[in-house]
Order: sequence, then C-alpha cells, then structure tokens
Amino acid sequence: MAPAVPRSGDAIFANVERVNAELFTLTYGAIVRQLLTDLEEVEEVNKQLDQMGYNIGIRLIDEFLAKSNVTRCVDFRETAEVIAKVGFKMFLGVTASVTNWDTEGTSCSLILDDNPLVDFVELPDTCQGLYYCNILSGVVRGALEMVSMKTEVTWIRDMLRGDDAFELQVKLLKQVPEEYPYKDDE
Amino acid sequence: MVREVSESCMDSLLTEIVSSYCNRFYATKPELAARRIEAIGYQVGHQLTERYTIERPRFNDHLEAIKFICKDFWFELFKKQIDNLKTNHRGTFVLQDNKFRWLSRVSVDPSVEISGAAQEPSVMSENKSAQATGLHLYFPCGIIRGALSTLGIPCAVTADISNLPACSFVIRIKV
Repeated sequence: MAPAVPRSGDAIFANVERVNAELFTLTYGAIVRQLLTDLEEVEEVNKQLDQMGYNIGIRLIDEFLAKSNVTRCVDFRETAEVIAKVGFKMFLGVTASVTNWDTEGTSCSLILDDNPLVDFVELPDTCQGLYYCNILSGVVRGALEMVSMKTEVTWIRDMLRGDDAFELQVKLLKQVPEEYPYKDDE
Repeated sequence: MVREVSESCMDSLLTEIVSSYCNRFYATKPELAARRIEAIGYQVGHQLTERYTIERPRFNDHLEAIKFICKDFWFELFKKQIDNLKTNHRGTFVLQDNKFRWLSRVSVDPSVEISGAAQEPSVMSENKSAQATGLHLYFPCGIIRGALSTLGIPCAVTADISNLPACSFVIRIKV
C-alpha cells in the first residue's frame, strides 16, 4: 500500500496565510481589464493570461510539494485527484471534481462549481472569445510540467460564457523521464 | 464568513503583473510599464473603496478619509493598520507601515546597504534590487490613489523604502 496521501486540502488551507478574496478577485479583474486595453486582441489576452499562469504554476508547485506532503502519484488518475482536492483547495479554498476520463486514463476534466476568480464578473459583448480564467489553465500546465508531465489544458465549459460550470480538460501528452544531474558513483 | 484565498495567490499575481509589464509588454519603456501597473492598482483601490464605504456616512474632511485608509481599509487588505501617520497640515500625508507585507518576500541584494545613510540617492536608484523593489510599489500606490479619488480626493502617491522592511506612502493632495 502506498502511504496515505492527503485526500483533502482543508487542513493545509486552514494553516496557510490567507488574504481577503475580494482583493485577489478584483486584482485579477483589473489585470484582465488592463490587458484588454493594452493588447487589444482578445486572442493575445488569452495567450498572456495563460503565460502568466504558467509562470505562476512553475513556482507554486514548490510550495505545493512542501506544504502538502503528497508522495509520488502512482498514475495520472491520482495526479488529477490530488490537483482537484488538495491543490485547488490549498490555494483558492475551493475543490474541483474530476470526471470525463478517457479509456486510457490520460485525459480528464476538472470541474469547478465555485470559482473565486469570477465573483463580481460579467463579460461585455466586446469580450467574446475571451477565456477569462485562462490563468488557471496556465497554472495547472506549468505546475505539472515541473513534475515531468507535459499536458494540454483547455476550457470546455465556462460559466461566463453561459455554461453551467467551469470545466477544464487536462490531457497528458507525455511523461518526461526524470534525468538526474549526477551519477550514483560520484 | 469572509471568503479568503491563500496569500500565495495574491503574491503570485503581484509578481506576475510586475514581470509581465516590465519584462514582456513594455521592456524598453519602464515609465509606461510603471503607469500601467499603477493603473491596475487604481482600479482595485477604486472598486474596494466603493465596497467598503457603502454603509458609511460621507467623510467630513481629508483627515477623516485618510484615517479610513490607515485603519479600516488597510486592515481589510493586510490584517493590520498603518503604524504611523504624519502630516504637514498642508495637504501632505505620510503613512508608514513598519512591515509592509508585499515587500516582505522581495529579496534585496545583501551586498548593497540600501538603508545606509552614506548612500547617495543617485547611487541607490542605479541599484537593481532597489529598482525591482520600486516596481512592486506602483501597485499599492495606485490602490491608495484609487481609493482616495473615489472618496473625492485627487492626489499623487509615491512610496519611500529607505527604511526596509518599513515602507512609507507619501500622499500629496492636489488643491
């Protein structure tokens, strides 16, 4: 039996330093707004939000590993569960559910019913095509890349576009074998 | 219960605002980058103030509004109040936070004594880490300016970090 992996991030979230979510939500909103003004093209805004998320993800994974005490996941299924139940909880204070697995177990959906990024948000008609929460997909992609998993992360459903939930599809493209920078006998 | 997120979320966003604007979008135009970061802060200050003052009577004078920023507003943002408030009674206010949270994780090059009294101001501004620290302050300066503008007080806000980890925000009210 593998050692018990925390199945929930509740205890970790209760112990980390936290801030008022309004500040976070409004700051994110102000960033998106400013990017729309400065970059003009909605496509470019999507790209930059994803890039910002990626940069955050590659740093956040360290904090995640340090605080969560999770051990190596046996497969991608377990990885997805840990992201949904521990990862989302310890940073955003909400959990996601994992569904829509393909038969190979390499692609699934993370479903968020509650998403602090979009409190107070309504998109005007001029923002069609905007993936408002694209920073999240970047974070997941960046974090997984740091633990040797190349993934493709895309939005399937988006409540700001009229869907009934936020659905993020995570597809495992390739597992990069770990290369140690040292040899055993040195 | 007030909704919360982990502090790392906020720290990560701040780091990314600064690095996106200064290293990617306006890498060759630091003044523009600074202005955009300040604008993001302004928007946040404006919206937060609207929310936090909904059930309050109108402030009678500048000092009352500034006190609101030092106490309630700062507390919502940082779970503490401003430690020291000074004014020259001619429209300039200095708000000092002895341990400003958003700078507590910014590393400062230990080889350069920023707080050293012998430092020439010009030397200081050439020091890269001081510059990087400065970039992180456009956002909070924007928040304060946005907050006060929403309360009907147009002003200019700058920050002084010659006493790290303390940080002073200097508010000059426009007459």
